[in-house]
Amino acid sequence: MMNRSSNDSITWFPACKLEDVPANGGVCVKYNDEQIALFHFARRGEWYASQNLCPHRQQMVLSRGIIGSENGEPKVACPFHKKTFSLVDGHCINGAECAIKVYPVKVEDGQVFIGVSKCVEEVYA
Amino acid sequence: MKVIVVGNGMVCYNFCEKLRKNGSNSQFEITVYGEETRPAYDRVHLSAYFSGKTAEDLTMAPASWYAEQQIRLITGALVVKIDRVNKCITTHQGTTDNYDVLVLATGSSAFVPPIPGVDKQGVFVYRTIEDLELMTDYAKHAKTGAVIGGGLLGLEAAKAMLDLGITETHVVEFAPRLMPRQIDDAGSRILQSKLEQLGLCIHTSKSASAICGGEAINGIRFSDDTQLDVDMLVISAGIRPRDELAVASGLEVGPKGGIVVNEYLQTSDERIYAIGECALRNGLIYGLVAPGYEMAEVVASVIAGGGREKAFHGFDMSTKLKLIGVDVASFGDPFADGEACRTVVFEQTAKGVYKRINISSDGKQLLGGILIGEAENYNMLLQTCKNKIVLPPDPEDVILGSRGGQGDGGAGVLGLPDEALICSCEGISKGAICGAVNDGCETVDAIKQCTKAGTGCGGCLPMVKDLMVYTMKAQGKYVRNVLCEHFTYSRQELYDLVKLHRLNTYDEVLDHLGTGDGCEVCKPAVSSILASLWNEMILGKNNDTAQDSNDRFLANIQKGGTYSVVPRIPGGEITPDKLIVIGAVAKKYNLYTKITGGQRIDLFGAHLADLPAIWEELIAAGFESGHAYGKALRTVKSCVGSTWCRFGLLDSVSFAIRVEERYRGLRAPHKIKSAVSGCIRECAEAQSKDFGIIATEKGWNLYVGGNGGSKPQHAQLLATDLDSETCIRYIDRFLMFYISTADPLTRTATWLNKMDGGIDYLRNVVVNDSLGMAEQWEREMQALVANYACEWKVAVNDPQIRKRFSHFVNAPDEKDPTVRFESMRKQKKVTDWK
Repeated sequence: MMNRSSNDSITWFPACKLEDVPANGGVCVKYNDEQIALFHFARRGEWYASQNLCPHRQQMVLSRGIIGSENGEPKVACPFHKKTFSLVDGHCINGAECAIKVYPVKVEDGQVFIGVSKCVEEVYA
Repeated sequence: MKVIVVGNGMVCYNFCEKLRKNGSNSQFEITVYGEETRPAYDRVHLSAYFSGKTAEDLTMAPASWYAEQQIRLITGALVVKIDRVNKCITTHQGTTDNYDVLVLATGSSAFVPPIPGVDKQGVFVYRTIEDLELMTDYAKHAKTGAVIGGGLLGLEAAKAMLDLGITETHVVEFAPRLMPRQIDDAGSRILQSKLEQLGLCIHTSKSASAICGGEAINGIRFSDDTQLDVDMLVISAGIRPRDELAVASGLEVGPKGGIVVNEYLQTSDERIYAIGECALRNGLIYGLVAPGYEMAEVVASVIAGGGREKAFHGFDMSTKLKLIGVDVASFGDPFADGEACRTVVFEQTAKGVYKRINISSDGKQLLGGILIGEAENYNMLLQTCKNKIVLPPDPEDVILGSRGGQGDGGAGVLGLPDEALICSCEGISKGAICGAVNDGCETVDAIKQCTKAGTGCGGCLPMVKDLMVYTMKAQGKYVRNVLCEHFTYSRQELYDLVKLHRLNTYDEVLDHLGTGDGCEVCKPAVSSILASLWNEMILGKNNDTAQDSNDRFLANIQKGGTYSVVPRIPGGEITPDKLIVIGAVAKKYNLYTKITGGQRIDLFGAHLADLPAIWEELIAAGFESGHAYGKALRTVKSCVGSTWCRFGLLDSVSFAIRVEERYRGLRAPHKIKSAVSGCIRECAEAQSKDFGIIATEKGWNLYVGGNGGSKPQHAQLLATDLDSETCIRYIDRFLMFYISTADPLTRTATWLNKMDGGIDYLRNVVVNDSLGMAEQWEREMQALVANYACEWKVAVNDPQIRKRFSHFVNAPDEKDPTVRFESMRKQKKVTDWK
C-alpha cells in the first residue's frame, strides 16, 4: 500500500523487508549517501518516511524517535529534545524548527519501497 | 490633579498601580521621584539575589511599565525640600516640581548603632542591591563574618553570608534570644539549635562596643570585654524611618522617628500623605510589605474621591518565612498568656519542631501562635485566628494534626468566610478568588493574572489552588489530571486500571483504555507503569517501540547519536579485576571514560551497533546493567563505613550493596537515587537522595524525599534507629506508595511536597500503616525483586532484539558515517553540535 500520490518524477527504491521494521516504530535506511527514517504505523496500517536528520541540533536520529499522533496527525518525536514533526507534511508541531523532508512509501509483496525524487540529494547539499 | 510620589520602592509601585486602577490617566498626573538608579524592586526577596536571581528578576516592573501607565519616573533624584506654601518640591539637582497631592514613600534605612569603628572597610548594611553587590565583592577575600542583629533581616543577612561562601558566620544579638519580637523563649531555643546545626554560631545577650582593625575591620569587641575576630560584618540592628525630608519641611515626626499620620495616612499637612515604613501610626512603624500595601490602598482610595470609606486601622503583623531552610511563623498574638488564655505547646527537640497555640479560655478561639521547623498549617491557622472560626472540640488537633486519608486538606479552606483574606500582600479575599474561578479562571496562572492573588510573596498559592479545585468541584467540574490526548486518566488511575485488567503491553493498554496512536508522553509513561507492575523484560512483547528513547536501546543517547554505557557497581565497591575489565573494554571500543557522581564509571561514545558486543564482554566479567538509561533505581552510594573508617558506626558498604541489589532495575515514575552513610558525618550525602540511610548508635535513620538537580532539597527524616530488616520494609512501602501514586516524571521530593500532610502523613502511612497497605506493598515489592533479571543479559542472548542494534536497516554492518570525534586530554570527545 502507499499513502501519497506518486508522480512520474519519483523513483521507488527497495528499502527493506516489511518484517525488518518494528511495529509502531522506525528504522534508518541508507540510500546512496543519504539517511532516511522509515516508520511503520502498524495500528493504522500506514507507512511514512522522512529525513533522518533532526534540524534542531543537526542529529541523525529521527528514526530512533517515538512515533505517535496528535489530533490524528502522525508524528515523530526526536530522542534528543522531543521536538515533534508531522510525518504528513514535515512541519514542526511544537516549535519554530524548520520542517523536515518527507517521502512517499509503498509496500509490495512484503518489500518496502521509498519514493525519492531525482533531486533528493540536494536536500542535504 | 497632580500627584507626586517621593520614593520608588515596593509600596510606591503598589500605590501607582492602585491609583491608576481607581482613576483615569487624565484625572491624575503622576510623577515618581526615586533616589536609587533602578526602578522599584522586590526588597522582600533580596536574598534571592545570592541564589542566582538578577537585579532584573527582582524588579517589580520595568521602566517601560511606568511609560505605558503614563507615569513620569525620575530615578537617581533625591528630593531635598518641600515648599509647603507653594506646594513645590526641589531635588538635589535643583529641579522643582509642583504638586496638588504629595505622597511620601521614603521607606527606611538600616539603623546603624553609634559604635566606634562602624565606618571601617568590611562593615555593611543589608538594604539595597548596591549593599549586596558591595558585600559580594568583599566576601571574596573574607573567611569569617558576623551579623549584628538576630531579627528577621539579620538572619537573612547571615544566610546571605553562608551563600557567599563565608564558612564561619556568627550572629550577635543584644537580646537574650533570636527574633525577640516574633517568637518566645522556647521557640527561640529550638530555632537557635537548628541554625547552629546548619553551621551558624549564635551569640545572644551580647552587645558590641567597638569595631576593631585598621582601615578594614578585623574583629568586634563586646561590652563584656570579649572579642571576636571577623573579616567582615553586616549590621542589621533594625530600621530607621527615612523622615529627614519631613523633618526639614516641618512635618510632625515621632520622638524616635517616623512621620506621624492619621488613619487616612495624612501627615500634619493635609496635602501630604506618608505610606510604608516611613509612616508612624499610633506609635508604630510597620516594617512589612503587606501593611505598606494596605496603606497604599487607603491613600489611593482617599485621593480618588473615595472619601472616608477606607482607613488604616493597624495591621496584623503575622508572618511566615523560611530562614536558612527553617520555617518560622508567628501569627495573631504569639505571646498571649494569663487567665483569658490557654496555651498548647508541641515540642520535638530532636527534629527541631516547636509549635505553640494560644486559645481563648473557653477553648473556642485561636488567639495566636508560633510555629518553628514545620509551618505548613500557617495559612489555615492564620485564617482561623483572623476570622474567629470556632475551634474543634480538641483544639490541639490543629497543630498535632488528625489527618485521615487524602483529600480533606482543602476542607479547611472551604470553612472560611468569603471575606477571609487569602493573599495578604495584595489584599485578595476568598470571595474574590472564588469569583474569578466562577468567571472562568481555571488555572492558578489565570487567577494570578486576573486577581493578582499570589503575585507578592507567593505564600498563599497552595490555598489559591485548593480554592480553585474546590470551587470547580462545587460547579460539578471534575478537575482532571490526565496523561495526554490518548488517555483521559491520571497516571495513578492508569496504574490501578492496568493492574486490575492485568494488561501486559502498551498496545493492550491503548486498546483497552485509550484512543489513537499514542505519543511520546503516554508511551514512556505506560511502559514505566508496565515495568513497575510486572518487571518483565522491557524490550519483549513488541514493547520496544513504546519505550522512551534511552530505554529502547538500553543506553543513554549522547551528543552525536552515540551512546554511553554504565555497568552497575553496587555501593561503589569494585574489585581490581573488574576495574581492569572496564579499562580493557573502553580501550577496545575506543570509549571515553569518566567517574560518575554516583560512584560508578561511565563509558561514552559507543556506536549503536557496538552496544551488544560491549555488554557481552562486561557480562562475561560479571557486570550487570546499571539502568542509567531508565527511570529506575540508579545507584546506592556509600561511604567506606565501619570496616575501615575510625568514625564508622555501621557497615554502610554492605548495607548499600544489599539495598542496591534489592531494588536494582526497579522502574518508577522518575529516577531513584539512594545512599548509605556509616555515621552522622554523612560522607555518602544520603540526605540529598530519594531515600537515604544514616547509621546511628542504635541502628539506621531513614530519610526520604531528597534530591539534587535544579531545585535541591534535603530529604526529611522518616524513621529513626531502625534495624536493617525494618529499614528495608519501610523502604519497600515508601517506594511502592510512590510508584503507585506519583505523576509521570515526578521525583519523590516533588511528590512529597505535593502530599497533603507532607512527611507526617507519609510517616503515618509507612510507619503506622494508616492505609492498611503495608502488607500488600511489601508483597508486591517482593514479587518485583523476585522477577528481576539483567535486561542486557536477556538482550545479548536474543537474536531478534540484537538485530535492532544497527544504524542502517539495509546495511547492518555500517556505522553512522556522520559521527565525528575529536581528541581532548588524551581521550576522545564528540564534535560539538551546532
